[in-house]
Amino acid sequence: MSSDTIVEIRDLDYSRGHRQIFKGLNISIARGKVTAVMGPSGTGKTTLLRLITRQLVPDRGTILVDGVDISRLSQTELFRLRKRFGMLFQNGALLTDISVFENVAFPLREHTRLPNRLIRHIVLTKLHAVGLRGAADMMPSELSGGMARRVALARAMVMDPDILIYDEPFVGLDPISMGVIVRLVRKMNDALGISSIVVSHDVQEISTVADCSYLISGGTVAASGSPDELSNTRSELVRQFMHGMADGPVPFHFSAPNYAEQLLGRDTE
Amino acid sequence: MTGIFREIYYTFLDFLETFGALQLFFLRLLANSPSIFVRRFRLVVHQVYNTGALSLVIIMVCGLFVGGVLGLQGHSNLSRFNAEDSVGTFAAFSLLKELGPVVTALLFAGRAGTALASEIGLMKATDQLSAMEMMAINPLRRVLVPRFLGGVIAMPLLAAVFSMTGLLGAHVVAVSLLGVDPGAFWQQMQTSLDLRDVSEGIIKSIVFGIVGSLLAVWEGYNAIPTAEGVGRATTRTVVITAISVLILDFMITAIFI
Repeated sequence: MSSDTIVEIRDLDYSRGHRQIFKGLNISIARGKVTAVMGPSGTGKTTLLRLITRQLVPDRGTILVDGVDISRLSQTELFRLRKRFGMLFQNGALLTDISVFENVAFPLREHTRLPNRLIRHIVLTKLHAVGLRGAADMMPSELSGGMARRVALARAMVMDPDILIYDEPFVGLDPISMGVIVRLVRKMNDALGISSIVVSHDVQEISTVADCSYLISGGTVAASGSPDELSNTRSELVRQFMHGMADGPVPFHFSAPNYAEQLLGRDTE
Repeated sequence: MTGIFREIYYTFLDFLETFGALQLFFLRLLANSPSIFVRRFRLVVHQVYNTGALSLVIIMVCGLFVGGVLGLQGHSNLSRFNAEDSVGTFAAFSLLKELGPVVTALLFAGRAGTALASEIGLMKATDQLSAMEMMAINPLRRVLVPRFLGGVIAMPLLAAVFSMTGLLGAHVVAVSLLGVDPGAFWQQMQTSLDLRDVSEGIIKSIVFGIVGSLLAVWEGYNAIPTAEGVGRATTRTVVITAISVLILDFMITAIFI
C-alpha cells in the first residue's frame, strides 16, 4: 500500500443472507483527495462505508486504513481508529434530545477534558464554517434537512478527522442546500487537508467535486477514473448510469415471470 | 403431527437463544454500570428524572384510587365481622406486599418502559446509535446503561410513592368518609406489619425495576429499525414485562411465605 493511499480494499466479499453484495471488490482511496463511490440504488454503497468503518465485517478480503488491517483491531483499537474518521450520515443522525451546539460539542465532551470555554470556541468555529453559527441554540427538530446535514458535517469534523465519509449527502435537498453541501465537501477537503469518501448517485453534483470516482455495479467496480473519464467511456453500463437512461444493462424491470403468462395466470399453474 | 413438534422444538430453541442473549446483554449492562454510576452520574440522574419524576402523576393518581378501593372493599367486608378497624392493616398488607410493587411495575412498563423502548428504537432507526459508534462512543455506555440504571433506581421509589398514596387513599375513604377510628386505623397497621412484610415489597420492587428496565432497553436496542419495528418493540416491552412481573411476583411471594 503506497503512502498516497489512505484506504485500500482488496478482494472484498460480503453477503447479506443469500444475497452477495460484493464479490472481489478492489478500491483505493487516495490521500488528500475527494473520492466518489457511485452506483445504482441497492448496489451496497452504504454497506461499503459500513465495511470501511467496521460497522460490518466482510466475509473475505482485507480493508487497510493507513496500512492497518481493520479486521485485526480490538474494540479499543477500533474506537481509537474511529476517532480519525468523521462520518456524515444520510439523514444527519443528530441526537434529537440536545441542541445544535451540544450535538457538535458531543464528541469533544466525550473524548476530551477541554474546558467549556475552549469547547465553545471550537464548536462555534465549526458551526461558522458550515454557516450555522446562528443556529447554535436551536434543536434538531427545528432544522431543515439541509441545515441538519450541515450541522452533522460540523459535528463530523469537530475532532479534526483524517478521513471524512459522506453517505448520500445530496439526497432530498433543494438546489441551494445541495450547492452549499457540494461546496462544503470541496472546501473542507482542501482547507483541512483531509481525505474524503463521498457515496452518492447524484452524478452531476458529485462530478463537480470528485477527484476520482468508482462506479460499483454487480458487486464489483464497473469503472473508475476521473468524472470526465467516466462521462466519456464507451461502457454501456457506465453511460446508462452517467446519463441517467431508464433502460440498459441495468434493466428497467425487476426480474419477473413472463408478462403475458402472468396476466393469463399461467405462471401459478 | 411431526410438523407441530418440529415447530415447538424450533420455537423453544429460539426462546433459549434469545434468553441467553438477554442474559449476556444484562451482564454487559451490569459490567458497565459501576463506572457509569460513578463517572457519569449526571446522565443517571437525568434518566431517574425521565423515568421516575415524569411518572409520578400517574403513579400517585393510580395509588390514590387503588387505596380508595381497598378502603371501600376492606370496610364493606370487614364490617360483617365487626372488624372495620382492621381496614388499615388490610390496605397496608395489600399495598406494601403486592399491589404497590406489582401495579407500579405494570404502570412503569406502560409509561416509562414504552418511552425507553421507543426512544432507543428510534435512535437506532435514525442512525443515532451508529453515529455514536462512528464517533468512537459506545452506545451501550452512553445510552443504555444510564437508562437502565435510571429505571432500576426509579422503580422502588415509585413503588414507595404508590404505597404511600394508596394508604392515604384508604385513609381518606375509611376514616374520613366511612368513619373508621383514625387511631385504630394506624395502630393496628403498626402492630400487624413487621420488617419482613415491608422488605418483601422492597425486594419485589427492586426485582421488577431491574426486569422492567432491562426488557425496555433490550427491546429498544434490538428493535427492527423501521416504524413498524419500533412499534412492535414498544408493544412487546409492555406485554413481556407484564408477564415477567406477574410470574416473578408469584415466585418471590412463594419464597417469602
